Amino acid sequence: MATSFLWNYTKKFVTASIITVTVSDRYVTVIPVRGDSMSPTFNPKSGSLMEDVFDDYVLVEKFCLGKYKFSHGDVVVFRSPLNHKETHIKRIAALPGEWFSTYHNSDVVQIPLGHCWVEGDNTASSMDSKSFGPIPLGLIRGRVTHVVWPPPRIGAVKSIPPQGLAFF
Amino acid sequence: MRFVGYIAQWRSAAKEALERTAIAVKFLCCLHLTSNYLCSPCHAYGVSMLPTLNVAGDVLLADHLSPRIGNVGHGDLVLVQSPLNPRIRLTKRVVAMEGDTVTYFDPKHSEAAQVAVVPKGHVWIQGDNVYASRDSRHFGPVPYGLIQGKVFFRVWPPDSFGLLGQ
Repeated sequence: MATSFLWNYTKKFVTASIITVTVSDRYVTVIPVRGDSMSPTFNPKSGSLMEDVFDDYVLVEKFCLGKYKFSHGDVVVFRSPLNHKETHIKRIAALPGEWFSTYHNSDVVQIPLGHCWVEGDNTASSMDSKSFGPIPLGLIRGRVTHVVWPPPRIGAVKSIPPQGLAFF
Repeated sequence: MRFVGYIAQWRSAAKEALERTAIAVKFLCCLHLTSNYLCSPCHAYGVSMLPTLNVAGDVLLADHLSPRIGNVGHGDLVLVQSPLNPRIRLTKRVVAMEGDTVTYFDPKHSEAAQVAVVPKGHVWIQGDNVYASRDSRHFGPVPYGLIQGKVFFRVWPPDSFGLLGQ
């Protein structure tokens, strides 16, 4: 009797986990945001100790991976070009074929076909395309649409292009 | 009275429909898991991998576990998303891994051999047919994260059914 209860429970658990993995791979998932390279959009450093303890959790949608059609200002999750095991969250600043110049240096670079330029909102401390150049769109794993934790900041993530950058 | 009978019938039909849907959903989820994390078939065509793969198209089996655990090395045939168009998947061979120095030769552009160093986190892929292949010689080394699977078996055409080696 006890073994059949355990077996039932295991079956339900396995079914639930298979369905969760499929949905989170194909449709939507919730991930934590680590680090402050996207301050103040995620993990803002407000100075109060309470907020700094917990990470933000965001909703990531995977429907964009069908056509790979992104717009300026979309916040995306992508695999790092330097280490395939890490994922980063940054904002898209330029799309393929555009000419782009960052605020710091006067270099103008053309984004190659199939690539995009990603930048973090917190320009002071962000490992992004300024260090590793434009990334292939194929590395993108989803688009962030909403913040789901902490409760005071639940809401949609606005798709605003990064400030102070010029493209031709 | 008949109304109550209809409701009972509808309820049992709905219950059965729900059970059947649940089975179908579970099956599709298992299919997704196997084809994304274990093994999946893929159809490769084109001239860039002659003589290893045929022009008319081969059906290959690709293993998706190896790239996740870092088991991709020199000489492996891999499925990789094209850095020029993320909706296209290429079948190419890994010629060099990160840190290696590649000496390559592009017959269309120049007679001389050129040298490149593969940066961290990237791989150098080339088609077996150096005369007709667009690969790392043209678009540079590709990040390891674009590798989707390692090809290890050929299913079609039947006369070349078997393991695909180095």
